[in-house]
Amino acid sequence: MRYSALSIIKNGLTGNKGWKPVWREPDPKPKYDIVIVGGGGHGLATAHYLAKKYGVTNVAVLEKGWLGSGNIGRNTTIVRSNYLLDGNQPFYEHSMKLWEGLETDLNYNVMMSQRGILNLAHSDAQRDAFARRGNAMLMSGADAELLDADAVRNMVPFLNFDNARFPIQGGLLQRRAGTARHDAVAWGYARSADSHGVDIIQNCEVTGFTIKDGKCSGVETSRGTISANKVAVCVAGSSSVVMARAGMRLPIESHVLQAFVTEGLKPTIPGVVTFGAGHLYISQSDKGGLVFGGDIDGYNSYAQRGNMPVIEHVAEDMMALMPFLGRARLLRMWGGVMDMSMDGSPIIDKTPIDGLYFNGGWCYGGFKATPASGDAYAHLLATDRPHETATQYRLDRFAQGAMIDEKGAGSQPNLH
Amino acid sequence: MIINHPLLGPRDASEFVHLGDATLLSRPDWQAVDAIAQFHEYLYQRDNPAGEYRELWYHEQGDRSWLIVTRNTITHEISAVELARDVARQEQLS
Ligand SMILES: Cc1cc2nc3c(=O)[nH]c(=O)nc-3n(C[C@H](O)[C@H](O)[C@H](O)COP(=O)(O)OP(=O)(O)OC[C@H]3O[C@@H](n4cnc5c(N)ncnc54)[C@H](O)[C@@H]3O)c2cc1C
Repeated sequence: MRYSALSIIKNGLTGNKGWKPVWREPDPKPKYDIVIVGGGGHGLATAHYLAKKYGVTNVAVLEKGWLGSGNIGRNTTIVRSNYLLDGNQPFYEHSMKLWEGLETDLNYNVMMSQRGILNLAHSDAQRDAFARRGNAMLMSGADAELLDADAVRNMVPFLNFDNARFPIQGGLLQRRAGTARHDAVAWGYARSADSHGVDIIQNCEVTGFTIKDGKCSGVETSRGTISANKVAVCVAGSSSVVMARAGMRLPIESHVLQAFVTEGLKPTIPGVVTFGAGHLYISQSDKGGLVFGGDIDGYNSYAQRGNMPVIEHVAEDMMALMPFLGRARLLRMWGGVMDMSMDGSPIIDKTPIDGLYFNGGWCYGGFKATPASGDAYAHLLATDRPHETATQYRLDRFAQGAMIDEKGAGSQPNLH
Repeated sequence: MIINHPLLGPRDASEFVHLGDATLLSRPDWQAVDAIAQFHEYLYQRDNPAGEYRELWYHEQGDRSWLIVTRNTITHEISAVELARDVARQEQLS
């Protein structure tokens, strides 16, 4: 069913009884051209682009839980293309352009809201680094503006500008950045893939791979063996665990990232604001809740929950930057398991095992990448060549010395 | 998380910094024929297990000792804490 204003009015007048389930619940077939492991944002986006853009529809997405149970339903929904390095920035700008047309492409409201992201600068060095980053953004076709302290004051007058230790000197603004409704992104991609014939199979855990003579020809699952010409893994935080079943070790550690939301408040914060001297970023949801978070906890974890030190740290940063929020009451907090790579950048590549493909290492920034990751992975699966914006996301870049290290932090995942 | 320091007793994890897998203690032999491959594995590749994990923590806000903590990455439960220097010495002897 196509959604339109007319369909809303029609269903509204007939007691909203005409709405149908958004995707089918098929049983797995014995064989597919491509089996996608992991029904998070990236898996579902890959299925959508495979079917719609590259014409491959004999595809299944296998998800061990329910759609949206992973990081796609846990993130803080920030979409931006403000990277520095040329291995990353064109990819994220490609993603941003796909976001801008996503609702039309999917015929689904993902509540994409381009309310801007402002990264605050607190020192001369940071301002200079932002100027450089802004230039890199402009060169990739993205938008970027360097603001001085007065311009920042005009935009967000409520910040603590004269903090003795970290005064606000200015900021880097990307107006096209913003937020989108994370579950809706998963549902929209699922609905579109399903309507093109892709089987979305929930409660189906991949427990092993059928590998013979260096070639992968299918997967073992909790719902039986499924054959496939190509198997495409994209399981985010579970990457190491799943790929170990194919005998592979990865340049990835799993870490927990927490997020928080307050009770609904009146409109206060216009866009996304990030504190450049600490670990805090904050935005306000359409419902009014302040959605915020900080850094990863810093130790390996598969727990989907974090610990107090980071919660305290984030609260302290919030009081330093926005003291007026001291009385806001916390409604919920949660954690998700991040696939932290050794240089902080993702991998979209073939593996040494024929027919087995890998997409992962998204760290804490894979939500904004969802459309481009799906498009690039679909391109790789359909043509066996990397997408032009994802050529540097190779699995062997660590062995080749071709790291994409935005922060220059080296091979220590908890510093990225 | 509370880390039971072998010398100082129970301390809050926020006093410590986490480095990573305890295998980082055993550097490959730089003169080995396949030293490049070994260092690639050492620096970049990780087992990253869901379950029991031996890892290096540094007591930065305390006595500055390095510890090896055995911790479950699914429950965050800590089952053993050793001084890294004791472990390294034992490994050298054996
Ligand atoms: C608190 C938090 C805040 C974040 N904030 C942002 C942000 O503001 N902006 C941004 O860009 N990014 C953000 N991220 C990161 C982003 O959410 C992730 O990088 C991204 O969602 C990962 O891709 P995915 O959606 O495919 O992952 P997931 O949704 O985790 O999908 C992976 C799926 O694989 C499934 N799976 C695992 N093992 C198996 C198996 N054996 N068989 C079958 N299926 C399996 C899982 O159940 C899961 O559904 C945040 C993450 C967290 C946790």
